[in-house]
Amino acid sequence: MLEATVNLTGQSVADTGRTADVLPVDISDLVFEAGGKRLIDGLTLQLAAGPRTIIMGPNGAGKSLLLRLLHGMIAPTSGDIRWCGMPLSEDIRKRQAMVFQSPVLLRRSVAANVDFVLKLRGKDSATRRLEILDHVGLSGHADQAARLLSGGEQQRLALARALALDPEVLFLDEPTVSLDPASVQMIEDIIQAAHRRGTKIIFVTHDIGQAKRLADEIVFVHRGRVLEQTPASRFFDAPDSEQARDYLAGRIIL
Amino acid sequence: MQDFGESFRLAFALVLSADGDLIEIIGLSLRVSLSAMLISCAIGLPLGASVAISRFPGRSAVMVLLNALMGLPPVVVGLLVYLMLSNAGPFGWLQILYSPAAMIIAQSILITPIIAALSRQVIEDLHNEYAEQFRSLCVPSHVAIGALLWDARYSLLTVALAGFGRAVAEVGAVIIVGGNINHLTRVMTTAIALETSKGDLALALALGLVLMIIALCVNGAVMTLRSTAVKYAYA
Ligand SMILES: Nc1ncnc2c1ncn2[C@@H]1O[C@H](COP(=O)(O)OP(=O)(O)OP(=O)(O)O)[C@@H](O)[C@H]1O
Ligand SMILES: [Mg+2]
Repeated sequence: MLEATVNLTGQSVADTGRTADVLPVDISDLVFEAGGKRLIDGLTLQLAAGPRTIIMGPNGAGKSLLLRLLHGMIAPTSGDIRWCGMPLSEDIRKRQAMVFQSPVLLRRSVAANVDFVLKLRGKDSATRRLEILDHVGLSGHADQAARLLSGGEQQRLALARALALDPEVLFLDEPTVSLDPASVQMIEDIIQAAHRRGTKIIFVTHDIGQAKRLADEIVFVHRGRVLEQTPASRFFDAPDSEQARDYLAGRIIL
Repeated sequence: MQDFGESFRLAFALVLSADGDLIEIIGLSLRVSLSAMLISCAIGLPLGASVAISRFPGRSAVMVLLNALMGLPPVVVGLLVYLMLSNAGPFGWLQILYSPAAMIIAQSILITPIIAALSRQVIEDLHNEYAEQFRSLCVPSHVAIGALLWDARYSLLTVALAGFGRAVAEVGAVIIVGGNINHLTRVMTTAIALETSKGDLALALALGLVLMIIALCVNGAVMTLRSTAVKYAYA
């Protein structure tokens, strides 16, 4: 499975004619302070191309902040993030995409939302839009106003928009909270397909079942630090840290 | 002094018969105020949009200024434009005082702050909604401004109509710089003022009636736009 993934990554890089890789990403001594508090506290982590990374940790641990720092939405107070040795640049940011917990869709039709992104990257084409909408099961809603979609449909459109960017790294911050099981299933299928095409998946979730279904590795964050980075095969039965054990058992973490 | 009932009867007759003078006055009113609205939109929308999405020192001062200018008294605007355009003024050489052009300039100055201030609010609200997503997508700022203007178009149209409503109903500025000259610069509001003072209530009432109908239509248009926008979830 892992071999296949690596293989596909190689192919996708070759297909799109990209010059340099963005992964692995090396995060060292990352600090983010706001309001006089150290919210990310000397976080160090390396993420490789290939494995699907699921980030878990209690509320307020700093998971969303970590994604936002990686995606360049906010600047770190100190520390270093290196994408294949390079600092984050506009070029690298354009090769990433992010799906937020509550999607912000343009006040336009479903089709126009996808078109906006395609046009942004100079890949405007009706066939591509149809392909993408079809892929997320929204081709029947193309002309509907995006903001009139149901929560699950909105999240699929947000995902479609992210995939239209053809990203090498896809950040997802709890994208399936408050969706019904069928919608969750659809979104997971879309993410799995993106993974098979070679997109690096970095996914935040509190849903242990979902983490088990999707994860190759788990990064467990607590109080702005990484407590462990463990293969999924081991994490759920025998996590390294006390805190992860408490988290999985539904106990309050100290 | 005519009898009220008689005046009303005459007024309706004037409106219904599409009296030539009446049509001329209404036509000039619409021409002046619509031109002022277009000019104010051309200046006010980009101004409002750029204040909405940029952060610079003194930004809140600009916003306070725009809001204050929204309440400019029309007679003061009229007086200032008069001083600029009179023979002794810096733009006297243009020789446009007492012409429709002068009236358009005065009304534009009157409503540009309204359009800038209201559109600033509209666009800033939408910008707050879109900003994080646009940052994630690396949207260049000129594309962002275009998208904001387009997606806020229904609200911005109501802003433009609010400006038009204010322009078409004001009397103080156009009477000073236009002079209420028959067949040249006489618009609805100045004609109403004049005819009322002359005691010719029929024409004044007829014009008042038309002005009210225009105001109602503008309000109706604003409400229709709002509900269309809401219906299609563009607002
Ligand atoms: N701009 C900010 N200013 C001050 N505090 C902030 C800021 N952004 C986040 N925080 C705080 O940082 C901490 C981590 O926030 P973050 O959103 O990363 O948590 P999280 O791990 O995603 O939690 P959840 O599981 O609830 O989504 C929280 O305590 C939050 O209140
Ligand atoms: Mg979060």
